[in-house]
Amino acid sequence: MSERLTPQLVERVARLARLKLAPDEVERFTGQLQQVLKYVAQLDAVDSRDVEPLAHPLELTNVLRADEPAPGLSREAALANAPRTDGRYFLVPPILDEK
Amino acid sequence: MKSELSGGWPAVARDLLAALARGELSSVELTERCLAAIDARDGDVRAFLHVDRESALLQAQQADALRARGESPGPLAGVPVAIKDVICEAGQPATCASRMLSNFRPPYDAHVITKLKAAGAVLLGRTNMDEFAMGSSCENSAFQATRNPWDLTRTPGGSSGGSAAAVAAAMVPLSLGSDTGGSIRQPASFCGVVGMKPTYGAVSRYGLIAYASSLDQIGPFATDVEGAARLLEAISGHDPRDSTSVRRDVPAYSRTFDQPLEGLRIGVVREHFGEGLDADVASAVQAALKVYEGLGATLVDVALPHQQSCVAAYYIIASCEASSNLARYDGVHYGHRAESFDGLVDMYSTSRGEAFGDEVKRRIMLGTFALSSGYYEAYYLKALRVRRLIQQDYQRAFEACDVIVSPASPTPAFALGSLIDDPLAMYLMDIYTIGANLAGIPGISLPCGMTSAALPVGLQLLAPAFEEERLLRAARMYERETNWPRVAPCGA
Repeated sequence: MSERLTPQLVERVARLARLKLAPDEVERFTGQLQQVLKYVAQLDAVDSRDVEPLAHPLELTNVLRADEPAPGLSREAALANAPRTDGRYFLVPPILDEK
Repeated sequence: MKSELSGGWPAVARDLLAALARGELSSVELTERCLAAIDARDGDVRAFLHVDRESALLQAQQADALRARGESPGPLAGVPVAIKDVICEAGQPATCASRMLSNFRPPYDAHVITKLKAAGAVLLGRTNMDEFAMGSSCENSAFQATRNPWDLTRTPGGSSGGSAAAVAAAMVPLSLGSDTGGSIRQPASFCGVVGMKPTYGAVSRYGLIAYASSLDQIGPFATDVEGAARLLEAISGHDPRDSTSVRRDVPAYSRTFDQPLEGLRIGVVREHFGEGLDADVASAVQAALKVYEGLGATLVDVALPHQQSCVAAYYIIASCEASSNLARYDGVHYGHRAESFDGLVDMYSTSRGEAFGDEVKRRIMLGTFALSSGYYEAYYLKALRVRRLIQQDYQRAFEACDVIVSPASPTPAFALGSLIDDPLAMYLMDIYTIGANLAGIPGISLPCGMTSAALPVGLQLLAPAFEEERLLRAARMYERETNWPRVAPCGA
């Protein structure tokens, strides 16, 4: 955990995270995230050989419920918060290039 | 005002429920009193993001009508409860204090809201928070910074700062928050109220807008331990809609909280009283330990060898989960969509770039980085291995003690603006609370003193998983021996 965080790496991560950042944000976050990475690097000193990762405090597996039909959201309710719809579907910009 | 109700009402849930049951107070009167308190004080405190007066008064009328008909009115009948703006309530805003969700109105109730409605509670309004529950000061809200009712120049803490401040300023007797790394206990300590994080899985997260799903829990704020016990009892219990909700009977916390524990063994961690701890906080907590000794409890030194790794492990794990959970905000199904963009992917990126605040962006990026190819093993898996070591530390410590007592926060409420440009310093404010979330165990913060600057100090108690009853009884033992103010002077 000794990564040097560069503005280029921050921009790459922002692209992966689908976050458009302004140039001043890239600069600010590079410094702040570098500080955080430097802090978390202390975990390197913890001996965790042969320790299984703990993803979840309860470690439940295969929690099942009865497969019974029940009413879901109405179409109207499901679309109510959408930025754009045609009353039937969610609308998104064209995905395939029309040019 | 009725003589049975002490100063600072509407403040103490027990008194209010008793007055309602005796018919000396109606829920409409009580709700109006809360609304008047909001009018009088929330201009300064800024705890609420949204108050639906009509809906609150209608619920109050229904509670009164039910009682008048002699029907069983429910354990919280007629009592107003404020809700952190991260918990879905059908038809009400749920903004998470984010521009992303500024127009979002969920189409369904969270499980805890269904439970509160069934208990007869009056849902009073929506409280401010750090955006998407990421922060320790409420300053990461896109809409307003809540102020501490004890000192308006200071933070109420976060992320559930609005819910803590609303109770501390006697604008509402009870409220709900959520706690992912201390977001209930730290603001409870800053505002001088009782706040509790239940065991992971004790309260359904259905309808809680997700930040870090393996750490998030909903929990109560109240002016006293009994209020927290009553509210916790009302919201706990299995819910098939949350696969991490456990199948267990809910103990009758409201009936047992006042029973002292014989032979209580209190674990004290030496490192908790080291560098970075405010002197007034340290002496208040030491004095609280003396109170327990006076009650026959014994103090036991316990070790949490990986305690110093908690903050680092937490910020990796929570950020990884956040980067995944917040991927859903794409400007398609709900939330903000940019006005202008160039194609679908740019619509996602521009919408998210415009609508998320700095701290949310930082955590999404930290998480995306730590999960990305080449870094996953070194950061995410490493943090999860350390998480297991931290959980094992608590399991071993609880072989030698019944509860662990510490400060809830290393300092009292800090000045607004003082840490906002230093994310790492802000993260370190959670040093005492984060371990409970990583291990999944319950914790409570209750008032244990005042600093020389007249700011409240919070005492944190932790217990093993599903030992909420023990936690509440141990907290009450201390509370009944002491008389710290239940609300801030502005609400008294």
